Amino acid sequence: MLYSEKVMDHFIHPRNVGTIENADGIGEVGNAKCGDIMKIYLKIGNDMIVDVKFETFGCGSAIASSSMATEMIKGKPLAEALTLTNKAVAEALDGLPAHKMHCSVLAEEAIKAAVKDYYERNGIEYDRTQFPDCASCGHCADGECH
Amino acid sequence: MNIYADNAGTTKMSRTAIEAMTLYFDQIYGNPSSLHSTGQKAAEALFMARKMIAEILGCEAREITFTSGGSEADNQAILSAAAIGARKNKKHIISSALEHHAVLHTLEKLKKQGFEITLLDAHENGIVRVNELAAAIRPDTALVTIMYANNEIGSVQPIAEIGKLCRERGVLFHTDAVQAVGHLYIDVAAQSIDMLSLSAHKFHGPKGVGVLYAKKGIPLTSLIEGGAQERGKRAGTENIPAIMGMAAALEEAVSKIDENTVKLTAMRDRMIEGLLEIPHTILNGDPINRLPGNVNVCFEGIEGESLLLLLDSKGICASSGSACTSGSLDPSHVLLAIGRPHEIAHGSLRLSLSEENTAEEVEYMIQNIGDVVAYLRSMSPIWRDLQEGKRSYVIQ
Repeated sequence: MLYSEKVMDHFIHPRNVGTIENADGIGEVGNAKCGDIMKIYLKIGNDMIVDVKFETFGCGSAIASSSMATEMIKGKPLAEALTLTNKAVAEALDGLPAHKMHCSVLAEEAIKAAVKDYYERNGIEYDRTQFPDCASCGHCADGECH
Repeated sequence: MNIYADNAGTTKMSRTAIEAMTLYFDQIYGNPSSLHSTGQKAAEALFMARKMIAEILGCEAREITFTSGGSEADNQAILSAAAIGARKNKKHIISSALEHHAVLHTLEKLKKQGFEITLLDAHENGIVRVNELAAAIRPDTALVTIMYANNEIGSVQPIAEIGKLCRERGVLFHTDAVQAVGHLYIDVAAQSIDMLSLSAHKFHGPKGVGVLYAKKGIPLTSLIEGGAQERGKRAGTENIPAIMGMAAALEEAVSKIDENTVKLTAMRDRMIEGLLEIPHTILNGDPINRLPGNVNVCFEGIEGESLLLLLDSKGICASSGSACTSGSLDPSHVLLAIGRPHEIAHGSLRLSLSEENTAEEVEYMIQNIGDVVAYLRSMSPIWRDLQEGKRSYVIQ
């Protein structure tokens, strides 16, 4: 089997699929040409992630990574969500095949992009070094990520 | 429910093939190169299998070389033609953009050795144009290699016309017929084919065995040295059980071509009709000049690997040309060659039917594929953008 049982569970029964109306922050990373796009919607209250939803175009591990990552940040303080790493997502899924690790990177970056969007909408100062651009996943060789 | 619809990937072995093999594991187990009677019995079996396959292809027994499969046959055919060409200072090879990697990667290797490669346009229907081939042939063209039928999109090339043209122009013609043999009628003499590759496991024979047909007078370059087997062109003790299984499977497949074609074409066309009812779906390959069991479509807004995994959970075994299923960054080179943009090629689905599939299975697949596509679209941000007019549809 290519994927762990955890990955398959989160792929077949993804948690937090959907959108949030009037979301406080939205982050979209990836690119259709490369075959995966992740979009994260955040509802934020008192610096906490009150609710999170995702939409993903991509392979099984991209959907599973989105599902797991949203589970990991739901109900957590924003500052904690920002410390979520792709490795933690992959570990929580009991591992991903080497050529699928970029899916977990996309999940980390989609969350960061959504938080950044929240900060920018509300004019909140933030540390830019905490937000690498999505090219860091190395998935899109031609650097066409947005 | 378990529906196997990946017969272009490999097929289930037929009882006929299995039964034809068993005798050669523990009864007639000799080495055909041995002089004793145990070995000679194996040599006789080998001779019979060679003769059977030659008769089916329309050639002579000595024009058949047994290989480990289609990839080896492709490699050997192309490298042999290149060696012949190089001796006459002909270092130009014509092929197509939708060949199997066994051909394309061998051509890449030759390119590094100074060969010039022309890849013919596959056009949107996945069929090369004979007039474009005629224009591409040069005095230094050593080989034309065009696949008989495409493994992904099923398009069938005008092989007899290509053969005739190559014969007239004095250029060697090889065809990778891995997907065609056992499914379409082939006559290497009538179709002016100089070299042909086939693989047993695509027609209910065993894996790891195939054939390179090479017209007499074409000297083959051996890829494996070390013995006089296969007229010195392919060393190594012959895989007698597999060869016997291949011959039996081929004979059976060819005897059923007519009835299988009728059955498969009806299922294929129903499947295509049913899948094209899913909005923003497009057929890949030619609707008419197409392998009888091949269905290949692209669905806009979804990715193929997730589609395959969900179909598998519903008992449907299929295949896709998405990058995620190949482990590379790019989707199928065949889909790109027929002009599908990357984001569409990622959402491809191939169903390759065999005569063992049923009309009920076809209906089950149409229903479930529709449900899975709708489900994946419901969670796709691309699909949302398309629906909201923020992105325009590629597939109308």
